[in-house]
Amino acid sequence: MNIIQKIGLSLFVVALAIFTLSLGLDSYELNQESLQVKTEYHKEAVIDAAKKMGLWETSIGNNFEYVGQLKEVFKSAKLSQDQIASDGIPNGVGEWDFKIGDWEIKDYVVNTVKASSVGIVSQNKGLFWWLTVGLAMFGGLLYILPKFNLIPGIKNNHIYHNSMTRGLKVNIRSVFLILTIIGTLIYGVAYMNMNFVWPAITLAIIGLIIYLVLFKNDEKEYSETKSASPNVTGWLGMISGIYLIIFYILLYWKAEYITSWILIADPVSERLSGNPASKWFLYGMLYTVIVLVMGIRMIAKYRHNQYQIIRTCSVMFFQTCFAFILPEIMIKFNQPYFDFKNIWPLNYTFFFDYNIKSLIANGNLGIFMLVWGIVLALIGVPVFTYFFGKRWYCSWVCGCGGLAETMGDPYRQLSDKSVRAWKYERYIIHGVLVFAVGMTITVLYTYFSGSSQVLFVNSNTVRQWYGFLIGSAFAGVVGTGFYPLMGNRTWCRFGCPLAAYLGLVQRFKSRFRITVNGSQCISCGNCSTYCEMGIDVRHYAQRGQDVVRSSCVGCGVCAAVCPRGVLRLENASEDVNTRTEQLRTIHISEGEVKLLS
Amino acid sequence: MEIVIIGNGISGISAARNIRKLSDHSITVISAETDHFFSRTALMYIYMGHMRFEDTKPYEDWFWKKNRISLKRGLVTDINFSSKQLKFNDGEQMNYDKLILATGSASNKFGWPGQDLEKVYGLYTYQDLEAIEKFSPGLKKAVIVGGGLIGIEMAEMFHSRHIPVTILVREPSYWNNVLPKEESAMINRHIIEHGIDLQLGTELKEIHDDGNGNANAVTTSKGEKIDCGYVGLTAGVHPNVAFLKNGALEINRGIVVNENLETNQSDVYAIGDCAELSDPKPGRRGVEAIWYTGRMMGETVAYNVCGKKVGYNPGIWFNSAKFLDIEYQVYGEVPARIPDYMNTVYWEHDDGKKSIRINYHKENLQVLGFNVMGVRYRHEVCEKWLAEKTSIETVLQHLGIANFDPEFYKEYDSEVVNIYNKQTGKKLKLKQKRGLSAVLNFLKN
Repeated sequence: MNIIQKIGLSLFVVALAIFTLSLGLDSYELNQESLQVKTEYHKEAVIDAAKKMGLWETSIGNNFEYVGQLKEVFKSAKLSQDQIASDGIPNGVGEWDFKIGDWEIKDYVVNTVKASSVGIVSQNKGLFWWLTVGLAMFGGLLYILPKFNLIPGIKNNHIYHNSMTRGLKVNIRSVFLILTIIGTLIYGVAYMNMNFVWPAITLAIIGLIIYLVLFKNDEKEYSETKSASPNVTGWLGMISGIYLIIFYILLYWKAEYITSWILIADPVSERLSGNPASKWFLYGMLYTVIVLVMGIRMIAKYRHNQYQIIRTCSVMFFQTCFAFILPEIMIKFNQPYFDFKNIWPLNYTFFFDYNIKSLIANGNLGIFMLVWGIVLALIGVPVFTYFFGKRWYCSWVCGCGGLAETMGDPYRQLSDKSVRAWKYERYIIHGVLVFAVGMTITVLYTYFSGSSQVLFVNSNTVRQWYGFLIGSAFAGVVGTGFYPLMGNRTWCRFGCPLAAYLGLVQRFKSRFRITVNGSQCISCGNCSTYCEMGIDVRHYAQRGQDVVRSSCVGCGVCAAVCPRGVLRLENASEDVNTRTEQLRTIHISEGEVKLLS
Repeated sequence: MEIVIIGNGISGISAARNIRKLSDHSITVISAETDHFFSRTALMYIYMGHMRFEDTKPYEDWFWKKNRISLKRGLVTDINFSSKQLKFNDGEQMNYDKLILATGSASNKFGWPGQDLEKVYGLYTYQDLEAIEKFSPGLKKAVIVGGGLIGIEMAEMFHSRHIPVTILVREPSYWNNVLPKEESAMINRHIIEHGIDLQLGTELKEIHDDGNGNANAVTTSKGEKIDCGYVGLTAGVHPNVAFLKNGALEINRGIVVNENLETNQSDVYAIGDCAELSDPKPGRRGVEAIWYTGRMMGETVAYNVCGKKVGYNPGIWFNSAKFLDIEYQVYGEVPARIPDYMNTVYWEHDDGKKSIRINYHKENLQVLGFNVMGVRYRHEVCEKWLAEKTSIETVLQHLGIANFDPEFYKEYDSEVVNIYNKQTGKKLKLKQKRGLSAVLNFLKN
């Protein structure tokens, strides 16, 4: 590391520190301007309650204290409105214009806390954008750009010496996994308003999968080979993982504590769409910035490799234009928010009634979006996957894939390559696919029939649980938070229903495969180690069998790190149904020495 | 039947796996080196932090039990061929019905003064890796003796930890007893580009003792004394058969075997680096310390041990390696010095890091060999062209199907054709670009 890189890294750390500390710099005051509610009745009720509880026009320095009191105020306002309403709502006033709904309180709290901020951050949003996001980008680039001066070639030196990237002991990894599962289920009960049914069903399914993997096939015996580190733990990686996990928990469920970050995103949002930032805008902005900066890192690392360069440019383009800028511009022109490359069932809200209604209500463009989404999911996915394999989406277009291939690249070696992990993978990912399809069917049934009760389940509850468990906890908290713990494709490998769907096509009907070059393999293991999907590529390479696996996202890194030129990603229609049958190594059989078969 | 295999490298393990596929015999694999099979070729990547030792194991640890292959850790010191008995260094004894010797290689030492000092190691065994790892912290300088495949790997290892390194190469150019002149010069340039001190035409004279039995300097044939804290001996390897010498077993350089890999002792076979074929196939050497020959011998011996006679035939020569950032592949005849009967088409990229060489017969134009640097070629396609004695002109016009570089990489095949045209005055055109469909059609016919 040269001096410029050290400065860059230091600036990045400083930026991250300012970003983190910015959450505690402002004080908060509830007053006429900062109270964010939709109706005058709500407003009066909240003001009354706030005055009674002493929060009105009182400045509070501590975010936690303010949020706590504000929630009490809203609760008390809600109760008093309910009480008044029980005696009769004023004539001509809608019920929910008068009463305060539980679902509204969440948004009211976040928006009010954001508007209540007084102090250095809220008065200098632009400056803080530069001190946090801007400085982190600058520091990151200072760290990354000198890499372009190195001699091109695969440079994976010290990945397993580095505390950031060497992963966890298998037992510490298990602790993280167990705590995450327990935490998710417990919070899930609260999230579902103390409804135990779905968390209990989930727990039962988790138990069933563990039984099927561990006990059914007598696979209890398990070596640490090919999985987590046997005797080292990367503390920096662990701390980073925890930071990311906390970030996602706050983002999804406790955004009232990160309103300072949302404020920092305001200036950018106002330029793009004319609206102040929401927490989703904050997320999209950070996501895009990270994909861009770490995309440049990816290009620097693989600057000798055309495939990697073009592929990385592609994910940077799709994230920046299709996922981030285009939807914001559409909002500016009063069109529905729409990400053209986000495909059902990854985009699980696509068939939700509010989305369909909003698209239909938006005239020709809305109808086009609806048709586009359906055609892409039902025709685009199988056709493109037939021709190019699932890589056309997973490692060229997808946003989750984009983050995994850029920010996640330093962690790709942490995926578990054991056969046991593969067994878990197949149960879990296909289970999520079944869940996603089932949930969508109930939601569509409700849309067309108007009845939310489908057989014995309630479609609203199902979709709420799917959104919580799969959409937020799995895709977000585990999906990204586990980068330094279990590799950068944890979500894509174990959870993504679209990846499962693409994978089924790739496995059974596709021109794509990774060809093995005759007998050149020396079983060194670089390919398996750097496979982010946990495929034991070497198993295929050393026996000369072309790699056809439903999980392969076609990132091409196995071929890039191979020191002997053994692997090549390619497509051909000649042998779609027999791709895996040929063994390309020289081998010997009775009576004849058979050269390359 | 009790089958015992000494050595758990690629040869011994290939034998064990294939015997298990063919039979239900009891199989025991003995190793003094490690509990489990690992890929020796990946030792450097462990040191450089690309992989952990666990990642170099091609099979998970449960694999052996599941396939009923017993593994035994121990050092065999003596074999009694008449009573079919092995003796271990701890006095333990073991009987066998059939024995397969797959003891691998040992690093060459040419009688240099100081060659047995501490901090002087080759790079072949897991213990070599442990030594280099142990002595690396605080190491100011390392000297590597020998400019072959292992030498450059060791240089890359030290280089990855920013430890200054000097390579002493006896020849006037890197590995020029194997690589043709241009390719050898390319690697010279590349080594120097990386800031590694490459001393050509220089031999080791002496390794100096610091007084405590550790190496602390070397003197070269040019009279220079280089202070160093580690000396890597990478001047080739020889069959690891010292413990078997002076016995009943016939040993020349390696354990002498016939084409069924049988030694002169009944029910004793030898495979891999430690074996020497008494009658090697034309164009092949008696001892070939190469990964894939070990694997093929392991497969061949399995048939012979299981009573199905199969002759060992490694087919057409091929090999590959990587010199720092430059990959190398060779198929067929590519001698260091082009003999009279041979013509060569050589293309080199302007960046001096990629080249394609195709050798052919002057008279009948039959293609003889391919040598590529920084470019990947398809084994099967080259193999088929060589086996069918295809004309160089047919090869050149279809050269695209040999190309195995990743998608979007530039194709240089037409430039190779142009060089041939310039040399011969012909006007050939490249007809076939890179792509799998054409390859599959070519291989089918």
